[in-house]
Amino acid sequence: MVTAEQVWRAFEEIPDPEIPVVSLVDLGVIRSVDVHDGHVEVEFTPTFLGCPALEAMKRALEEKVAALGGDADVRVISDDSWSTDKITPAGREKLRAAGFAPPAPREASAPVLVQLQSNVFRCPYCNSTQTSLENIFGPTPCRSLRYCESCRQPFEQFKTI
Amino acid sequence: MNELLLGLADDELIIGWRDSEWTGIAPMLEEDVAFSSIAQNEIGHARALYELAAAELDSDPDSLAFDRTPDEYRCAPFVELHLLDWAHTIARRYLYEEADRVRLDALRRGGDVELAGLAAKIDREEVYHRMHAEMWRERLGGEAQFREAVEELWPHALGLVEPDQRATLVERVGLAEVTPVERGAHVAEWPALWEEMTMVRRSEPAGAQW
Repeated sequence: MVTAEQVWRAFEEIPDPEIPVVSLVDLGVIRSVDVHDGHVEVEFTPTFLGCPALEAMKRALEEKVAALGGDADVRVISDDSWSTDKITPAGREKLRAAGFAPPAPREASAPVLVQLQSNVFRCPYCNSTQTSLENIFGPTPCRSLRYCESCRQPFEQFKTI
Repeated sequence: MNELLLGLADDELIIGWRDSEWTGIAPMLEEDVAFSSIAQNEIGHARALYELAAAELDSDPDSLAFDRTPDEYRCAPFVELHLLDWAHTIARRYLYEEADRVRLDALRRGGDVELAGLAAKIDREEVYHRMHAEMWRERLGGEAQFREAVEELWPHALGLVEPDQRATLVERVGLAEVTPVERGAHVAEWPALWEEMTMVRRSEPAGAQW
């Protein structure tokens, strides 16, 4: 009989469809796993609602549970319970190593443009803070584009949500 | 309640559709990326809202988004307008974000827990759309062409929010209270957009899986 621990371990193997260096567990999008007699209830919190990978993530969760011989019920929870603060420390390190600057912590008030234009974001290549905002928007809803003035490398910044 | 949800969902779907018309042809590459990303996100919000509505109406989200007749859509005429120049496009983005903020604030404080939760999530994402709108408003604020576009679209924008939210929007935008262009009617260019938007869905046999 499948256990919750096996399910969590299996979910660690599911890569994010768009940033495959991190898993869905690293991203913190799986809120809970409950197992009763082979029936697996999963609560899944989307990152950005406009993320085209949501369906693929949901399917991957169902397939993993099926491969363990369980029967999955994946509930999508669209509220404000996921934030980029849920990305695990290991996930943040994997992002950095792959050239994505991890998100800044969520604060009580919403981020403002001047913050994004300031020098608080480190270049994931050379660690310099001499970086500038090129575009709030990038190839997916969760990323912004920045440029490092020190090593002249463009890079992507995970948006704080 | 269902009427309100469908109105919101339709607004988000149609503004997303209209914004996506700049994909590939925006005046600069950064805006090509920005408009594509914003459009994608607004359509994502529409999907989440249609899912809520579908649960209430015992329907499915795709069916609500694409299987209704043009007259059945509840979106405000504001989002249907086919805008061909940059000043009007930016003016609409700015006014849309201002209006959307007012109604999201109301929904977040509302009694429906599920809708309040979704509104809070949408609001987090809209922060970035607002930054974009604000940046452009600062850049174009001194240009007559932009100011005229804002004034021209203002009655339409006012029609986007509920009557009891209009005073707040008037205060935020700083223009005079005028007669709003209300929901319920559609603009002349709406049927053509509906045709295009539902074309793929209509060309598939019933029961096709998406």
